[in-house]
Amino acid sequence: MTNGYQEAGHSGDLAPGDEHQEGEGFAQRVLGYLVGLALAILLTATSFFIAGTDLVWQPSIPVALVVLAIAQMGVHLVFFLHITTGSDNTNNVLALAFGVLIVVLLTAGSLWIMANLNHNMMPMDQLMQMQR
Amino acid sequence: MAGATMAHGDPHHLGGMDEAGAAHSGPAPKRIVTGYGFWIFILSDMIMFAAFFATYAVLLGQTAGGPGGRELFDLRNVAIETGFLLASSFTCGLATIAADMRRTLWFQVAMAVTCVLGLAFLTIEFREFASLVARGAGPTRSAFLSAFFTLVGCHGLHVSAGILWLLTMMAQVFAKGFRADIQRRILCFALFWHALDIIWVAVFTVVYLLGSAT
Repeated sequence: MTNGYQEAGHSGDLAPGDEHQEGEGFAQRVLGYLVGLALAILLTATSFFIAGTDLVWQPSIPVALVVLAIAQMGVHLVFFLHITTGSDNTNNVLALAFGVLIVVLLTAGSLWIMANLNHNMMPMDQLMQMQR
Repeated sequence: MAGATMAHGDPHHLGGMDEAGAAHSGPAPKRIVTGYGFWIFILSDMIMFAAFFATYAVLLGQTAGGPGGRELFDLRNVAIETGFLLASSFTCGLATIAADMRRTLWFQVAMAVTCVLGLAFLTIEFREFASLVARGAGPTRSAFLSAFFTLVGCHGLHVSAGILWLLTMMAQVFAKGFRADIQRRILCFALFWHALDIIWVAVFTVVYLLGSAT
């Protein structure tokens, strides 16, 4: 393959979204996307099935949905965005790891603080009484 | 192994640690720099979405006596939307391959299909919003609905911007061919489009599936 970025192979890095191109033909690359699509469809269908079923223990459903969503994000990252653990992808993975850290801090921290506040706050009708 | 002259230019011996051949031939190629910069933008965009997700999760129960997710969301519609966006992500990948192979016709066909699928997604989303507002469940009804419209609407705006970008790329490939700078823009567009699909995974899980469970 003669791509415009073939010289990139010598620098030891890969742009996010680029695939390893060593001897990979058209068919293998399409196959990669097909595998990703199949896995994503499977995980999505499982999510929608679990959300509406009575077959599993009900309190486990939210946890299962979150796990399925994280798995599907991983599938998208690997098969569509080509973020891998290869040495040529280190920079991209590190940036992603930092992003994930901030996202987790932001969402988990907000939920934790707000749940704590709700727990400690006086019920709203009593608060109204005090302000009179 | 490093003599005094070598140590001067490389005080921490980084060149000696790197076996991968990166030692060192100047700045990285422009494709890597551009792609990496755009990757940083996508990650910061995801952090913005994380803030909206946190807001939604906190306000999920604050319906102010109005309708909640269970009464409002039509999961069959959401499943169809998800299918359209997932298929568009796949055809966007095919367009990337066609661009790498410099096959103009396949690139334009794959991008056109991606565009149609994206527009189908947006149409369903817009009709859902319109029906919610018509039923009196607009963004002003409750804090829950404000958070819902902000989060899902923000994703919809991103998809709309992505479709404009997609049409621009089709026109640029038509007018200028697969020049190196056009290839870089196609790389960034593909990153953007796939990232939108990742955010949608979080949207249908957190907003629709978890939102209608509670």
